[in-house]
Amino acid sequence: MVEFNLPANSKVKGGTTHKAAAGAKNVRSFRVYRYDPDSGENPRLDTYEVDMDECGPMVLDALIKIKNEIDPTVTFRRSCREGICGSCAMNIDGTNTLACTKACDEVKGDVKVYPLPHLEVIKDLVGDLSNFYAQYASIKPWLEAESPAPPDGERLQSPEERKKIDGLYECILCACCSTSCPSYWWNSDRYLGPAVLLQAYRWLIDSRDENQGERLDNLEDPFRLYRCHTIMNCTNTCPKGLNPAKAIAEIKQMMVSRQL
Amino acid sequence: MAAGNRPLSPHLQVYRWQITMALSILHRMTGVGLALGLLLLTWWLVAAAGGAAYFDYVHAVMGSVIGRMVLFGFTWSLYFHLCNGIRHLVWDAGYGFEVGSMQKSGWLVLVVSVVLTLGTFLAGYGGI
Repeated sequence: MVEFNLPANSKVKGGTTHKAAAGAKNVRSFRVYRYDPDSGENPRLDTYEVDMDECGPMVLDALIKIKNEIDPTVTFRRSCREGICGSCAMNIDGTNTLACTKACDEVKGDVKVYPLPHLEVIKDLVGDLSNFYAQYASIKPWLEAESPAPPDGERLQSPEERKKIDGLYECILCACCSTSCPSYWWNSDRYLGPAVLLQAYRWLIDSRDENQGERLDNLEDPFRLYRCHTIMNCTNTCPKGLNPAKAIAEIKQMMVSRQL
Repeated sequence: MAAGNRPLSPHLQVYRWQITMALSILHRMTGVGLALGLLLLTWWLVAAAGGAAYFDYVHAVMGSVIGRMVLFGFTWSLYFHLCNGIRHLVWDAGYGFEVGSMQKSGWLVLVVSVVLTLGTFLAGYGGI
């Protein structure tokens, strides 16, 4: 449901400032969303001053430095630090991206870091993605085929057939796009969102998959697919440069062309 | 874990406005504006059937400064909704999804809708 304002327990209050050490010359402020589930208090925005002469270039480098050297209670997900695992997806400087591939230099002024938008916050920058993963499972992200695989090898594709899943298989399910989508903010209980729909399309156009009709049936619904209003935040924000909006448009076209 | 009291992470409050999302909500708002404007148009037509005196009265209302401002907004809503509707049709046909082109088409729609609105008012009041 559309609710423009945050509920009372979610309003962000001012927090504390952790000053940089005296003598630091190249200081930048990182304003980080904090929520402590143990205290139960409202979220707050803490400020950490970081000496960039002693810090790596990426926002993730700064967050790790903050956690290691200033405040060990700062909580966030991270793993590969090279844009392939999707763990450190968060809202940086107003758009969703991966902290590990976002350079601090790309941000003007203070670096504002929030969790991915419109999620239940578990702690600090960690949002609850259970619903997102359940929706992913609902589109059956695996190959479905009636005919048996060749006994002597794998199911083959022509280079042209294989090319169709370029720009789709690279999706790392970081949820940047889905949580950038206002339609998903208001209707994530019923609308699948850009990431899951891009994945759905990835299986719809796989030449080896034999369950296209049923896959389309499962998407043909006023909410699951058609809550996409081409707002385009998804494509604008994808840290992998993919195009969920286009994938969704392709599904809509498949829906029409199968009626003809 | 106190899962029941988890806060909702900020969304509209923190998300950076972009031309594409701004035009998307404008499309919906101008759609509402058109529905209201249609009432205005209906009122004008009803007035035409209601006799000369009533028609003059409605004309006076619409010709007042506020009336003209409302008509200007209605005209722009019409042109914007039309142009952006065409943009949506192009998307539905599968074109124009690259980040650069969807931003460019957005600015184009905005500029064209303003030019058409000004042109219409110039034609109406300037007698072009």
